[in-house]
Amino acid sequence: MLTSFARYSVAFTLGATCAAAMAQDVTGAGATFPAPLYAKWADAYNKATSAKVNYQSVGSGAGIKQIKSKTVDFGASDMPLKDDELAKDGLLQFPTVIGGVVPVVNIKGVAPGQLKLTGQVLGDIYLGKITKWNDAAIAALNAGVALPDAEISVVRRADGSGTTFIFTNYLSKVNADWKAKVGDGTAVNWPTGAGGKGNEGVAAYVQRLPNSIGYLEYAYVKQNKLTYTQLKNRDGHYVSPSDSAFKAAAAGADWNKTFFQVTTEQPGKDAWPISNPTYILMHKVQGKPEQAAASLKFFDWAFSNGDKLADDLDYVPLPDSVKALVRKQFAEIKDGAGKPVRN
Amino acid sequence: MTATLPAPGLPHTVPMERSIPSGGPAPRRMRAPWGDRVFSILAHAAAWLTLSLLVGILVSLFIGASPAIREYGLSFLWRSEWDPVGEKFGGLVMIYGTLVTSAIALIIAVPVSFGIALFLTELSPQWLKRPLGVAVELLAAVPSIVYGMWGLLVFGPILSTWVQLPLQGLFKGVPVLGSLFAGPPVGIGLMSAGIILAIMIIPYIASVMRDVFEVTPPMLKESAYGLGSTTWEVVWNIVLPYTKAGVVGGVMLGLGRALGETMAVTFVIGNMNQLNSISLFEAANSITSALANEFAEAGEGLHQASLIYLGLILFFITFVVLALSKLLLAQMRKGEGSRS
Repeated sequence: MLTSFARYSVAFTLGATCAAAMAQDVTGAGATFPAPLYAKWADAYNKATSAKVNYQSVGSGAGIKQIKSKTVDFGASDMPLKDDELAKDGLLQFPTVIGGVVPVVNIKGVAPGQLKLTGQVLGDIYLGKITKWNDAAIAALNAGVALPDAEISVVRRADGSGTTFIFTNYLSKVNADWKAKVGDGTAVNWPTGAGGKGNEGVAAYVQRLPNSIGYLEYAYVKQNKLTYTQLKNRDGHYVSPSDSAFKAAAAGADWNKTFFQVTTEQPGKDAWPISNPTYILMHKVQGKPEQAAASLKFFDWAFSNGDKLADDLDYVPLPDSVKALVRKQFAEIKDGAGKPVRN
Repeated sequence: MTATLPAPGLPHTVPMERSIPSGGPAPRRMRAPWGDRVFSILAHAAAWLTLSLLVGILVSLFIGASPAIREYGLSFLWRSEWDPVGEKFGGLVMIYGTLVTSAIALIIAVPVSFGIALFLTELSPQWLKRPLGVAVELLAAVPSIVYGMWGLLVFGPILSTWVQLPLQGLFKGVPVLGSLFAGPPVGIGLMSAGIILAIMIIPYIASVMRDVFEVTPPMLKESAYGLGSTTWEVVWNIVLPYTKAGVVGGVMLGLGRALGETMAVTFVIGNMNQLNSISLFEAANSITSALANEFAEAGEGLHQASLIYLGLILFFITFVVLALSKLLLAQMRKGEGSRS
């Protein structure tokens, strides 16, 4: 009885201390894709420095809205904002980790990595132009693979998502017809296929429907051991999805001018063509400089110490060259007097 | 237990006094003259709060949807395009999906619920009544997401292999019926969503029907039996006319739930914003499903406004359903008057 009372009082005191420390708590909101990693980072950061970071995974759209209305210290989005849109709201963006998107199939007798696809063919499947697995266009890429004479069940995301943005952005780059008819975005006007909610939904559909094709975040493919396909990259090589293939794609982009980069279809022998970083958004001029400094401290810590955690969760850390550029940009976040919040 | 005890502080001699015929009424006690007024204000406030919340929701929906209303007006209702990239929106596909899935659900759920209620009140042996009644009501306790997962993983494949494929074979080449069952046999679409919804609303409709069937005066039923009616004739000619207001109410309750159900529908409807066939087995979309899926990532502007517009339309549809049911009941009552 006494011990439990003691425990309560300790808990109460702790709670009170936390409430007192609330002033320095950093709050962020946005994309759902990096949410598990941000939570993990925040937890480890809290253990290391006792500072708290709260991240609400409300979706990229809502995250952008919240940072624009300044209800959070940082916003997070899977889709980078264009430079002029950033300038309009006085925002600045930087990447944190890379996510890869991987096509998966469910065809009897086809092993992971066995099926080879090109962007053109993938686009035609999602446009509904190629409807059978034994279509000449697919068969030509896959000599020796037994492809069934069956209709392709196309599966895609039903909800608006950064994954869809990366995927459709890739298809727009490699398939002219896709670009003209559908385009890219977090939600698009899909010409065909059934929509699953979230990565889980798409994974469930693909596993359930025979002869289906879908696209998923890499972590889901790896953890559920799904049948991924190989893709032909810009340099003409067939690559399988892997951490190094995503990193190669990020390294291929030119980050020097702007962080508005969509790293799909990047040059590089080993680059996986469908990958993109996820982004953080912050205001350039800060009304609450100490909050901004705390946010930047968190991301700085994460860049130095968070790679292992990212690897554990199958996210791909940024290449060091990109991290250095991001850190340089931290200096652009200033308080009302024009002094950098982080020195 | 505590409810049966007299509340402390209240003199329980009051009822005794009142029962004694001592001439005039008992003197009116004014212990707290403001008590009545406070109570009255609270009661009024509760009523007005609900009403003002309703109006507030309606107004905020209108304001949120106003960009889309300005852009499309009523043509939103029959535009079938939904293109977030090109910023062109129309609600026909979702409205169609919502109405069709709810209609399928009602077509299945009403007869089944009627059968359940009839069995439970007229035919079931006494010992089975309670367990069976509780079991039907338990169906209502299953979370909708569980129905969704079950529908996607278990029911969908059964539906496609045992229902859709035979139907496709049977009606191959028949002009209208053939195209009703067309499409890839994946078990995802309007039909699956409708059937899942039917299972979800059966407990509501069935338990309301059972309750109202039970309140039919035994004298009416016994008289009919005495005149030689069969069980069916008693239910059809005596019980149902006597309880029709309650039955219509139960059906409307189920319909309201079917129109608003989100999670289970999202799992099995396929979330497809195209209307290119009349097939009941084609992937489609419903208003609630579109809202749940797209709202979080919808950018400010027309996309979000169009989604809110869809919400407003759903509000309107449920309102119309409610109004129609009231009208129907009023009509029935009028009919009753003229017949007798």
